[in-house]
Amino acid sequence: MLMEINPAAVTDRAEELKREFPILARRIGDKRLVYLDNAATSQKPEAVLQAMDDYYRLYNANVHRGVHTLSEEATALYEQARVRIARLLHAPSEKQIVFTRGTTESINLVANAWGRANLKPGDEVLITEMEHHSNIVPWQILRDQIGFTLRYIPLGLDGLLDVSDLDSLINERTKLVSFIHVSNVLGTINPAAELIAAAHAVGAKVLLDGAQSVPHMPVDVQALDVDFLAFSGHKMCGPTGSGALYAKRELLEAMPPWMGGGDMIREVKMSASKWNAVPYKFEAGTPSIAEAVGLGAAAEYLSALGMDWINAHERALVGYAYERLGQVEGLRILGPGPDQRSGLISFTVDEIHPHDLSAILDQTGVAVRAGHHCAQPIHDRFGIPASARASLYFYNTTEDIDQLVSGLEHAVQIFAW
Amino acid sequence: MDDLYREAILDHYRHPRRKGHLEDADIHYYDTNPFCGDEITIELKVEDGKIVDAAFDGQGCAISQATASMLMEEILGKDIEEVKSWDKEFILDMLGIEIGPVRLKCALLPLKALKAGVWGLDEWPE
Ligand SMILES: Cc1ncc(COP(=O)(O)O)c(C=O)c1O
Repeated sequence: MLMEINPAAVTDRAEELKREFPILARRIGDKRLVYLDNAATSQKPEAVLQAMDDYYRLYNANVHRGVHTLSEEATALYEQARVRIARLLHAPSEKQIVFTRGTTESINLVANAWGRANLKPGDEVLITEMEHHSNIVPWQILRDQIGFTLRYIPLGLDGLLDVSDLDSLINERTKLVSFIHVSNVLGTINPAAELIAAAHAVGAKVLLDGAQSVPHMPVDVQALDVDFLAFSGHKMCGPTGSGALYAKRELLEAMPPWMGGGDMIREVKMSASKWNAVPYKFEAGTPSIAEAVGLGAAAEYLSALGMDWINAHERALVGYAYERLGQVEGLRILGPGPDQRSGLISFTVDEIHPHDLSAILDQTGVAVRAGHHCAQPIHDRFGIPASARASLYFYNTTEDIDQLVSGLEHAVQIFAW
Repeated sequence: MDDLYREAILDHYRHPRRKGHLEDADIHYYDTNPFCGDEITIELKVEDGKIVDAAFDGQGCAISQATASMLMEEILGKDIEEVKSWDKEFILDMLGIEIGPVRLKCALLPLKALKAGVWGLDEWPE
């Protein structure tokens, strides 16, 4: 299925696209900026910046409230963004898209609204040893309040989930399986369809953390038959403070709200209130309107580029990076080979702490992340305190990878014993 | 451009001074930087208000580990009251480099552990 693209072709198109991202023209000191921290947050194209600027200059008003022109236009833009996101994810209806501040809030929404109403002592929630903290901590908090059991699918040293015990891990007590679609540390693309089918076979619901998949590959919520999908706008060319939760309609209908306030109610009496329809029931208070509009523009932008193309570009480039990085002295790559990973590579270099690597790379204009990437259990599993991570997007080129590699070689030289 | 990694710092990182453990420490303090996972333990032996022996242990980046090593050399024979007055400027002078706000935390971690130890406090004295 994967389109074959060679690294040279990748570079030509990406070089053009770079020009649509004003920040990528920046220099760091006297060096050309090579931005390889896309898994933390992506850069924003002109199209998104323009949409947000236009929103504030021309349409700004509160939504779903006024009957004046601006309020109607702002509401239309806000709702148009919902439609655009639904289209990107192949959701049956835009009513199944709830705006949030991002993946973290989306997961907390599921924990607090669905989890509180559906989990009880004796139940099991299954996550994995590969999760971002945002898909661990909300379940630990809820477990401590409710008393269900939190279990983990173990992580193998090959960087893949160890599913050998899946039959006992997913059982009749399992009520929810919540897992990371693509690992933000290992790059591993998890077998979502298989895990979802196994969960559904015992009647469990599935929450997919799509923070690192939605920006980088086609994600079709209907083909996956996933119950909940959480993702962040800022990792897919949209603004910070934007994101969404997709959920199946009947789940959204049955879930109680988790935050109360304006916009989420139909009727408020002193004795009790009635909830608004979905998705508004979950959007209490004035939402981040400009951010939603920006995210809608980002969804359009990615759709126009084509998620298949973005995926193929990154897979080709990560193959190139995997090979080049493998040649750096003392460099060890965490996680699976290029065939099973998305466009990011975490690594360590013998005798050099990731923070020192990142600081030296910064002096050569290359931005990478160093630390535990909000995934301490993975680092514990591999017995390392931290790692460095280079994460790609469609605007990265083979030249960017070359600059990374020469920066790393420079670091090795500085630290040579 | 590699000012941050001038030779003296790399030398302390590669060959840390007084790294290890004291059998009979009077002051023992462990601290971490949760942002990056750097860890430092500082152990001191005190006689008549003076530091007569010192050791550190830990793991982390070159900046935090080299700073700890340098600090151990500085501290020997010093009066504990004097150590209490050491501050950020003292560390920066000792390192002799310019340092940004993020890496400053790495450089200050050993001092933070040291001062918490000598003050007998869990909190960073402002
Ligand atoms: C896999 C994964 N899940 C969740 C998150 C949390 O996303 P956010 O901080 O945007 O809520 C991130 C990114 O930081 C991530 O990479």
